[in-house]
Amino acid sequence: MTDLHTRSLTELAAGLKSGDFSSVELTQSLLDRVAKHDETLNAFVTVTGDQALAAAAKADADRAAGNVGVLNGLPIIHKDIFCTQGVKTTCGSKMLDNFISPYDATIVERMAAAGAVVLGKANMDEFAMGSSNETSYFGPVRNPWDLERSPGGSSGGSAAAVAARLAPAATATDTGGSIRQPAALTNTLGIKPTYGRVSRYGMIAFASSLDQAGVITRTAEDAAQLLGVMAGFDERDSTCLDQPVPDYVAELGNSIKGLKVGVVRQHFDEGLDADCGVKVKEAIAALDSLGAKAVEIDMPNIDLSVPTYYVVAPAECSSNLSRFDGVRFGHRAENPEDLHDLYCRSRGEGFGDEVKRRIMTGTYVLSAGYYDAYYLKAQQVRHLIADDFKRAFEEVDVIAGPTTPTPAFKLGDKVDDPITMYLNDIYTIGANLGGFPALSVPCGFVDDLPIGLHLVGHHFDESALLRCAYAYQQVTDWHMACPEDFK
Amino acid sequence: MSLDKDQVQQIATLARLELKPEEHAELVEKLSRIVDFFDHLSEADTSGVIPMAHPLDVAQRLRPDVVIEANQRDQYQENAPSVADGLYLVPKVIE
Repeated sequence: MTDLHTRSLTELAAGLKSGDFSSVELTQSLLDRVAKHDETLNAFVTVTGDQALAAAAKADADRAAGNVGVLNGLPIIHKDIFCTQGVKTTCGSKMLDNFISPYDATIVERMAAAGAVVLGKANMDEFAMGSSNETSYFGPVRNPWDLERSPGGSSGGSAAAVAARLAPAATATDTGGSIRQPAALTNTLGIKPTYGRVSRYGMIAFASSLDQAGVITRTAEDAAQLLGVMAGFDERDSTCLDQPVPDYVAELGNSIKGLKVGVVRQHFDEGLDADCGVKVKEAIAALDSLGAKAVEIDMPNIDLSVPTYYVVAPAECSSNLSRFDGVRFGHRAENPEDLHDLYCRSRGEGFGDEVKRRIMTGTYVLSAGYYDAYYLKAQQVRHLIADDFKRAFEEVDVIAGPTTPTPAFKLGDKVDDPITMYLNDIYTIGANLGGFPALSVPCGFVDDLPIGLHLVGHHFDESALLRCAYAYQQVTDWHMACPEDFK
Repeated sequence: MSLDKDQVQQIATLARLELKPEEHAELVEKLSRIVDFFDHLSEADTSGVIPMAHPLDVAQRLRPDVVIEANQRDQYQENAPSVADGLYLVPKVIE
């Protein structure tokens, strides 16, 4: 059984069910791949081999006893932003390099209850602040399609691991594009659900009005399966919404005939690489040929998404990250002179450059005298952008466009220029500002590098996105392409 | 609008961040560019627009004000840099 790593989660579930292999065999084979490849990729912060094998043995025993959860024995990876009891949870930061979580995040708990086996914790941009994975305290993740290039971020470890067939799926989080951008740049599928759809209990906060948890997989079917386990009300997260969760897998087969697809005029302007534009238009034409109907739409305020986001997100981050004070957990400076010195040096030493920039930006836009000009203004513009989406959804069912302006860029290329880095998220940020669900699905290659088709849906309509991606993957095989050195 | 050295120091103090001299110099330059970038927001006419407080039109849910967590102080304090007798220790605040 040498091809287990090439199979999707759904295929692996079928193999486990029919007894072709055990979860222990499957888990060991993927751990072997991690051991072989992760020195190159740096996709993991922590590999939990012993715990994974123990969980796999338990899953096999459960199966033998007839107690079979929907994810029984299936290996996944958790982004290191999710608290995992008894396992180091770093959020990509020196600040939490010594933090052993005393509890599990709700999604970690739910996936474990469904029988999932956790191979380890995925590398990420520090506190999820970055679009290239270069801000991680544990070093950048490399893109399996070209090791000189970034896999994107912040969920770069999750995306690279799934792309390199180290696991069929990984959890991820998305505040401005952190699931969809790395998915696009690594030829994987990433879905960010509606704001409030998935519990954030135990997910380390970055920007609380934007953050949402999701998954990175290779197929829409796998994403539907996992989202079904993760989604749903959790009273421990006050922002989690009590909405019925449909059977996403059952709905995949529903035809997309007659589905109206909005194509945003502003997303195909000079900011988009011309070859990427061609590929994305081909993908939209493919949806059209499957019975969907593409119409051009206008979103006049969408161009202001990036500056709006980079006021709102840092403001919320400066507030959220004030909890890291060197007192209760996390890094603490040595020999502090007094309490003020303890705070300032613990934070100065514990946080990296990008996190400091965002805390500083956020503190500035919230400070007396600037609040109205920046923060309040940005929240007003945010309303205009959300209204652009709402108007669009009166006409169309999903909005389609590019996920990123270019394919993967080289490590080091943008790291010194925050504005250029921020513009990576230009097509993805709008969905976060309005709380809409969004997905990126592989749609071709430009200069041998993968790119993604971006789909945004109306609130709580993840199903439409998954159906579109599923239908598209039935007639295309981009998602089957595997980077040469990881076959 | 560009920020000067003193403004950056003032923000760092508010944010409780100690900056090394080279970090300080870099932040003067980079924060100024980031703040300049925000000026695009003035292009939008927002007169009469209500600032958005939540991505969905819902109110924050409340729960009854009762204790639901068990006391796990000892477990939580395993992550603390310095504790004694169940208390978190910090440098002396009052002489």
